Amino acid sequence: MELSGHLLSVLIFFPAFGALALLLLRGDDEIWIRRLTFVVSVVEFVFSLFLLRAVPINAPGYSLVEFARWISAPPINYHLGVDGISMFLVILTTFLTPICVLASWHGVHHRIKEFHVTLLLLEVGVVGVFLSLDLFLFFLFWEIMLIPMAFLIGIWGHERRLYAAMKFVIYTMAGSILMLVGIIWLYNATGSFDLPIIQQMLHDGVLTLSTRTEMLLFLAFFIAFAIKVPLFPLHTWLPDAHVEAPTAGSVILAGVLLKMGTYGMIRFCLPLFPEASHRAAPYVAVLAIIGIIYGALVAMVQPNLKKLVAYSSVSHLGFVVLGIFAFQNISMQGAVFQMLAHGVSTGALFLLVGMLYERRHTFEISEYGGLATPMPHLAAFFLFVALSSMGLPMLNGFVGEYLILLGTFLVHWKWAAWAATGVIFSACYLLWSYQRVFFGEVTHQKNRALPDTDTRENWMLVTVVIVILWMGIGSPFFTRRFAVPCQTVLEQMNRSFAQEARLPGSIPIAVKTDSSGRILASTATSTSSERSGTR
Amino acid sequence: MTPPGTQDILRVLPELAWCGAGVLLMLLQPFVKNRQALTFIAMLSAAAGTLVTFKAAFGEGFGGLVQCDIFSLFFHWLIGLVAFLVILASDSYLERENLDAAEFYALILFATAGMGVLASAQELLTAFIGLEMSSISSYILAGYRRDSIKSSESAVKYFLLGSFATAFFLYGIALIYGATGSTNLRTLATADPSSNLVRLGLSLILVGLGFKVAAAPFQVWTPDVYEGAPTPVTALFSAGPKAATFALLLRIFATVHAATDFWFWAFWILAVLTMFAGNLGALVQSNIKRLLAYSSIAHAGYILVAMAAITTAKNSDSGLDPGAAYAAVLFYLLTYSLVSVGAFTIVSDLGGQGERYLDTDDFAGLGTRQPFAAAALSIFLLSLLGLPVTAGFFGKLYIFTAAVKSKLIWLAILMAINSVIGAYYYLRIIVVMYMREYKGNLPADAPASLSPTAAMVVIVAVLATLYLGLAPNHILGIVLDPNLILSAR
Repeated sequence: MELSGHLLSVLIFFPAFGALALLLLRGDDEIWIRRLTFVVSVVEFVFSLFLLRAVPINAPGYSLVEFARWISAPPINYHLGVDGISMFLVILTTFLTPICVLASWHGVHHRIKEFHVTLLLLEVGVVGVFLSLDLFLFFLFWEIMLIPMAFLIGIWGHERRLYAAMKFVIYTMAGSILMLVGIIWLYNATGSFDLPIIQQMLHDGVLTLSTRTEMLLFLAFFIAFAIKVPLFPLHTWLPDAHVEAPTAGSVILAGVLLKMGTYGMIRFCLPLFPEASHRAAPYVAVLAIIGIIYGALVAMVQPNLKKLVAYSSVSHLGFVVLGIFAFQNISMQGAVFQMLAHGVSTGALFLLVGMLYERRHTFEISEYGGLATPMPHLAAFFLFVALSSMGLPMLNGFVGEYLILLGTFLVHWKWAAWAATGVIFSACYLLWSYQRVFFGEVTHQKNRALPDTDTRENWMLVTVVIVILWMGIGSPFFTRRFAVPCQTVLEQMNRSFAQEARLPGSIPIAVKTDSSGRILASTATSTSSERSGTR
Repeated sequence: MTPPGTQDILRVLPELAWCGAGVLLMLLQPFVKNRQALTFIAMLSAAAGTLVTFKAAFGEGFGGLVQCDIFSLFFHWLIGLVAFLVILASDSYLERENLDAAEFYALILFATAGMGVLASAQELLTAFIGLEMSSISSYILAGYRRDSIKSSESAVKYFLLGSFATAFFLYGIALIYGATGSTNLRTLATADPSSNLVRLGLSLILVGLGFKVAAAPFQVWTPDVYEGAPTPVTALFSAGPKAATFALLLRIFATVHAATDFWFWAFWILAVLTMFAGNLGALVQSNIKRLLAYSSIAHAGYILVAMAAITTAKNSDSGLDPGAAYAAVLFYLLTYSLVSVGAFTIVSDLGGQGERYLDTDDFAGLGTRQPFAAAALSIFLLSLLGLPVTAGFFGKLYIFTAAVKSKLIWLAILMAINSVIGAYYYLRIIVVMYMREYKGNLPADAPASLSPTAAMVVIVAVLATLYLGLAPNHILGIVLDPNLILSAR
């Protein structure tokens, strides 16, 4: 493929060119601004689908690598690459962006041009984060993406938008400055910002970190990511940001931005600081489990529908963190799958909540009731998405949670047992809120005449529903693509123990990747669980 | 001492050009009534002073009184550039406030010449003359709006406190002379470093210079003086004297070899106090000039972090190379000066006649009223905050790296905490500009758009900020030049 030489750069900067083109349009030319943004984001999505063909399934390591020198001292390089994990996260981003454009078609009324420019710039930052292989470039995109998101919340948000925007920025920035100290410390030790090079140095034993240093570095990175996830008790910015953000902002925030935190854990914390990760794992797991249960319980008592969905994110992301820190291939595959599934399902929940808001201008559950009568279609879509979010088999939420619980159970059955309660709670809060909003008699006269979904909304929702169903049924399509990257991460983690345990020249665990994701998962699991058993 | 020859003259050519142009402008005042002509002459002189540095001959001039080297050239360039931009930005300000132009420009040029002397001083008494030249001009410039109470207050405050600081500086020189029998920096380098007299003398000098760079606890004058002074003058204060004084600090404390542990802790404490004083003070400001004043204190604190890194790296048994820290100071001064001049220029234009619209609330809705000014100010604020793709980011990064390299992890962490505090007040202005509507009706005399001259300055500063943020390689090559660093030693 000729395109593949610079496919990643195209993916990062195409939306930026779209944003530039938007700037040329007149500010009051609303319909064309929306159309152009939609076309740009759809084309971007199509570009990202090329990744599926360009990224080989079996080969470990990064594909489509691009490398160029940027700054001489310190040596910062423009180094991009993609593997099975980041590929799907990029596709998730490009999938959600056109949906956000559609979702804002009637919801955003003022400063439309700026809104769409901001949205596209946000996409640039997020895609950049997922594709960077240079620690510095990663940090750069991580920081850049803050500003458009803060603008989305602060300009097009609801009543307390300024407070929420500030809180979001300050929280994230506090974490990322810590990460910067960590990155520079690491640079000071290695003389490089390049992730593969640093990994190689750690692998070859050229660079050894003392236990204390490794722990401090781990914490510097981990706290930044934990704030983003958000892991209990660093989650307090999330409900504010979600409730105040416009629908598109919420969808991107829940769908993609939170995943940057968990992605960072997989990409940086685990491979770079394996020993510290192992030592921290019990504490992280406890926090994740608290997050799962606490998030679910708080969601249950929310009178505000959007806040309920926001807290459900805290709960779901707790699963992801747990899956990552169980250090099992199967649970990590589950974590990655859950990241994607949560992105689609929770994104869709925010879309639906946004549609309700557009009709009634409130998020209060008590203001609704019996909505299934005036709008049966919306009610059906909502039910479907809620079921997927609570993890009904055949739908996407199930696969991730199942794999995470399975993998976790293999090493710590207590963790899995506690986490499993979260699944039950999620059924409680989702079904209970669904019942209060949609079932029974119409309690408010205003609700009687609410219009059902229109064509635009139907298209959006049908697309999402198809994806949900496909992810639920065709999960091997996804898992077999990120099985090898997950295994690579775990192997990189085990290198410090492996160097003592493994015979010189022995071959790392062979992973079968022919037909079924499940078989593959179990082979990989047995080997890695054996290894953790030997520890 | 031999009489000065051509070589000696060449080594102070920039200062001579600036002073001569200042005198010329004063003489022209009765004859030239056209303000723009005067602006043009002043700008030409500022540029001429900068450009003649090419003609400069390297070496010691006047029997070791001044030292002309790449280090001093770098600062002459920086100071000349700042003067050039400030003069360009002042044109519309002077028209609006109905102030005399010739004297104003003459004073700016005299101050610039003083800063130039500071940057090339090889002798403490020469440095004192430079300090006085720039200070006395600055006192007058601060009170240039005679009919404004605030401006007069600013001048008096600056004068009184500044005189104290100068006295400290002079007393320090006297003690050094008493201890070593010379005021030359080269003699100081060989002086017994453990002598208490030398230490006391240098401490007093540090107090005097700390006042000039607004280091805590000598910073209390800064907000009042910055607020009261005419805004272009504030732009000059925040950039020029700061750069020149840091040049002298680098020269002095790069020369003093041993006892670096003492100086390390002195700079460590100064840096921490200054960062916190600046950032915590800025949190509660509603006047934008005061806010930027406190922010300038905070940035002096960041530079002091690099100074601490230099002193610890210079410690003979540490085995560390202070080169990166030197480069960090120079790069930071360059980026901060450009950004600061740009930001104050915008503020100066938005203030309206009599500088009345300087509350943060007056900036509400600026994003829609004046998209260009708002976007440019946002870029400057983000650069001050240290966001990637702006110059300020690399400035901070280099200081950070220097601190970590010198194993000053705690100082780096304190600096990180301060950066986060800084994020709050910088972003607050951006939030006000873009996310809040103007309450009530806009006053009729509120400025509608940037004046052309101010816009030019702003465009230059924006381009420089983005250029240094995207491709710092070139400037880095200059500041990392080992000759540059060695010549300061």
